[in-house]
Amino acid sequence: MTDQATSSGGRRRSGLLSLLSGYPIAAIGATILLAVVVAAVFAPVLWTSDPISLNPANRLKPPSAAAWLGTDMYGRDVWSRLVYGTRVSLTVGLSAAVLSIALGLVIGMVAGYVRWLDGVVMRVMDGLMAIPGILLAIALVSLSGASLTTVIVAITIPEIPRVVRLVRSIVLSVREEPYVEAAISVATPTMKILRKHILPNTIPPLIVQATYVCASAMLTEAILSFLGAGTPPEVPSWGNMMSEGRLFLPLAPGIVLFPGIALALTILAVNVLGDGLRDKLDPKLARRI
Amino acid sequence: MWMFIGRRALATIPVMLVVAFVVFMILRLSPGDPATVIAGDYASSADIERIRAQLGLNEPIAVQFFTWIGRLVRGDLGISIFSNLPVTQLIGQRLEPTMLLTLTTVVFSVLIAVPMGAIAAWKAGSWIDRSVMVFAVLGFSIPVFVLGYFLVYGFSMQLKWLPVQGFRSPADGLWPFVRHITLPTLTLSAFYIALVARITRASVLEVLEEDYIRTARAKGQVESRVLLVHALRNAAVPIVTVIGLGIAVLIGGVVVTESVYNIPGLGRLVVDAILKRDYPIIQGLILFFSFLYILLNLLIDIVYTLIDPRIRY
Repeated sequence: MTDQATSSGGRRRSGLLSLLSGYPIAAIGATILLAVVVAAVFAPVLWTSDPISLNPANRLKPPSAAAWLGTDMYGRDVWSRLVYGTRVSLTVGLSAAVLSIALGLVIGMVAGYVRWLDGVVMRVMDGLMAIPGILLAIALVSLSGASLTTVIVAITIPEIPRVVRLVRSIVLSVREEPYVEAAISVATPTMKILRKHILPNTIPPLIVQATYVCASAMLTEAILSFLGAGTPPEVPSWGNMMSEGRLFLPLAPGIVLFPGIALALTILAVNVLGDGLRDKLDPKLARRI
Repeated sequence: MWMFIGRRALATIPVMLVVAFVVFMILRLSPGDPATVIAGDYASSADIERIRAQLGLNEPIAVQFFTWIGRLVRGDLGISIFSNLPVTQLIGQRLEPTMLLTLTTVVFSVLIAVPMGAIAAWKAGSWIDRSVMVFAVLGFSIPVFVLGYFLVYGFSMQLKWLPVQGFRSPADGLWPFVRHITLPTLTLSAFYIALVARITRASVLEVLEEDYIRTARAKGQVESRVLLVHALRNAAVPIVTVIGLGIAVLIGGVVVTESVYNIPGLGRLVVDAILKRDYPIIQGLILFFSFLYILLNLLIDIVYTLIDPRIRY
């Protein structure tokens, strides 16, 4: 496990390819995800009209050659808004994953390795975990004002305790390993033990965890926007599209259903990729869940 | 055992304190002046001053915290800024729909998910197993409100089988209640079923490899009895744990589901409070749900010691 994680970047990339070859469903997930990433990167090329400007003359049009998925109640092109929405979802998902993994890793290593801090840190994490994540995020956003940054921070905080618990449990089991005891007995500095011996063991489960955080962050962003405590209403995120379109569900179901499908497919892709990675990287965990 | 239960109950106190502290600090750490934020864009300075006084923001922070905790212990969650009613009273008025929806969801999900997971484990690798796993991934991926709108669009608008939205109390007749609660329950259950089915499958799969299962089969025990009595009973602890932990996620889902189906419960109270920035209500509800969650999990831990004689502390 350690060798694999510390090997060169080149070997890891070929590893990822071979990894997906054995898991057709994970490969499908990766393909969908790739399409979403491409859509996000090339969004300005892909959208057929401005996703934000209003065009009241063109309200609630059914899908046509000009507007592939129709237009919404303000005459905005649903396809273009959908494409723009990939950017919002991916930004939120990736930022929340990176932030919560980074913070959770540091806190978890400290809790797992520094004995006297363990109790205090874990009680705080228990407390944070007891607060329903969506409500905590709602409170943070409604007080700090809606912006993409606030939403990302609000989504990241409730995700941290789970990462901390995961890292801590790995640290606790690894620190009993003979090679760590050996390192301690030859007076290796604590920082070096953490970096060289303990950190590499946390990487594979954390990669898997990152995919789940990413999926759950995209879900939470959509829910927050839907409830009116998410990204500012003028940003065409999938949650905002559904939130605004719901009054028009009987007239133009596409306004709600298309972003709904896009969101579900993207999250599905990330989850499936995560499951594939877990089976490959972390067979012990794969057996348990 | 009583020692354990006592110690376990005492251990919830620091966790509750952390929750209270976090909730308290969110308001104080938020950028800008909380009173101004809560008052909104069109408030006069007198309004801001009134809200500041009402929230006690003029006192030193330690004084604020201890007066606030003191009130909490006495069951006082503060007063709504807009309606001027005590938050506990507002919660009491909205409690019934939320509790009923949560209850129907948990019962329905467990009844579906546990057999589903157990059969998937029993027939591991078969098409049944695979479809259960596919369903589980789908359940994790479809956002609650997306599923809600799909169901409303299909069952209420196209087929016209069930009402689009609303809630009827069972006190006003069981049948209207069932008709109104069906779609919200289905909506909210998808994720929960996925979660419980997955963990049931995993833990039954693990138990099925134990020696006592081989012994039971070797002595000619009927397969259904092996599965129900020997396997499921021994796999119960992780399943019950996840049912408890899942409540936290369920609470988030309740807020959304009530919004989709226009159910006048606690979720709607939160959403209305967000729109009006009625912070005491948001704060009160976070505390209410967190404490509920902590107590439920305490209860589950106690139940363990009763159902599983292997657990001794």
